[in-house]
Amino acid sequence: MHYMLQFYENPEERGKHKDPAKVEAYFASWNAFIGTLAQSGAMVSGNGLLPPNTATTLRVTNGTPQVVDGPFADNTEMLGGYVILDVADLDAALDWAAKAPCVTAGSVEIRPVLPPPGV
Amino acid sequence: MDEARRDTTAQARLAARESYGKLLAILAARTRDVAAAEDALADAFAAALAQWPEDGVPSNPVGWLLTVARRSAGHAAARRQTAERSLAMVQMLEDERNDTASDGFGDDRLKLMFTCTHPAIAADAQAPLMLQTVLGLDATRIAASFLVAPASMGQRLVRAKRRIRDAGIAFAIPEAEDIPVRLSAVLSAIYAAYGTAWDDVAGADPRLAGLAYEAIWLARLTVQLAPEQPEALGLLAMMLHCEARRAARRGPDGNFIPLRDQDVSLWSRDMMAEAEAALRAAARVSQPGRFQTEAAIQSLHAQSRTTGERLHGPLAQLYDVLAGFAPTTGVLVARAVALAENGEANVALSQLDAITGAETYQPWWASRARILWLCGQEAAAREAASRAAALSSDPGIRRFLLAGGYRDGP
Repeated sequence: MHYMLQFYENPEERGKHKDPAKVEAYFASWNAFIGTLAQSGAMVSGNGLLPPNTATTLRVTNGTPQVVDGPFADNTEMLGGYVILDVADLDAALDWAAKAPCVTAGSVEIRPVLPPPGV
Repeated sequence: MDEARRDTTAQARLAARESYGKLLAILAARTRDVAAAEDALADAFAAALAQWPEDGVPSNPVGWLLTVARRSAGHAAARRQTAERSLAMVQMLEDERNDTASDGFGDDRLKLMFTCTHPAIAADAQAPLMLQTVLGLDATRIAASFLVAPASMGQRLVRAKRRIRDAGIAFAIPEAEDIPVRLSAVLSAIYAAYGTAWDDVAGADPRLAGLAYEAIWLARLTVQLAPEQPEALGLLAMMLHCEARRAARRGPDGNFIPLRDQDVSLWSRDMMAEAEAALRAAARVSQPGRFQTEAAIQSLHAQSRTTGERLHGPLAQLYDVLAGFAPTTGVLVARAVALAENGEANVALSQLDAITGAETYQPWWASRARILWLCGQEAAAREAASRAAALSSDPGIRRFLLAGGYRDGP
């Protein structure tokens, strides 16, 4: 099954991007995690994302487009990246999720990818 | 219906009961589609009830049911899907047949229990789902057992099954290192089923009849499938000790009879012996836990009543151990009473007062009545007893409390 793992980070974790004392260790942990994932053959694709303040949200209400500066929802935990995995079942996806650096500094949401029609 | 026919029907029912969980687990293992597997199984049982009385019971009834259910699942898949997909389904069924031919039914029911209690399934759906999939109980009956409206229980079960399929929850025994944690969810679900039955002390609610038996059946099955797990043995021992006293818990007039006044000759010796054997087997593993401690408490109660020995000290100690494993409101309340019975009523009262969020918890008020009485606070005890009575839906318990049942010591 294909799953999307969405990596959410709390404000403190996101702050590490801009903290010279922490940024190196931060990216090292993600590189190690993604590297292991890619080597295992379970990873289909994935990306990290620029911080939420770079987000733009579009909504069309009654035919009027509304462009808003910022992310869709103003949560404390924000989406920082995602991967698509091809694994046997939820437990295998959970095992990978448990290894993500943000799992202790935010959360990982696991969603099955919608199968193509007819399956 | 003649005798032979009745006999065949009975055999079909027996095969259904004994093999339901195994068959469902096998059918759903690959597709993870519990609802589709249930439909296929229902078709197979209907076919058995129609054919066996005519043609006789097949030599391998379970194999027969599996073959018919698979055919039915295949047909349903063919109706739903394209030719290509049905081919895949046929292939899958073939693989499955080879699998099950090689290792028999194995631990399929245990797999099913682990699936039903996967942490990704809502906690309030786990025990009902297990009763439905492993034992084949229908949603209406389960709803009654958990005192929930049939429609909402039906919804809860449908949602849980959809989740198994869509979220991709595996039909598998967890990795060895995960088993203790995951098994505890299985045991908790069985305990929840038994607890629901036990709350109906009277056996007055016909909707709960048999649920205790089903829970014990599941515990026996778990012990059979995971014999080296001491907590599974502990749970079984605890439930058997409680169940052994069922006939003695009520007077002919429906009055509540507390443990200390029960007619010991009405207790089931067989169940008590089985409980003690299970507890001894658990103790040999030397890994104490919550359910073993609860079983040990019930064992002490039984010993105290049958020998007349006063065991208040050891009971209070065991409750301390239990509170270490499982500091739930129910356990903390029971521990306070055990302490009060052991001569420390004032300490027990402050322990009871320290439990928060128990204002509408009936056992808290009933225990308070007993502890206040032991503290010599007669009027306050009477008031607590009437609060407890007001919170009880059971007329026998209300009568017991209002008549001052909290005054007589064990």
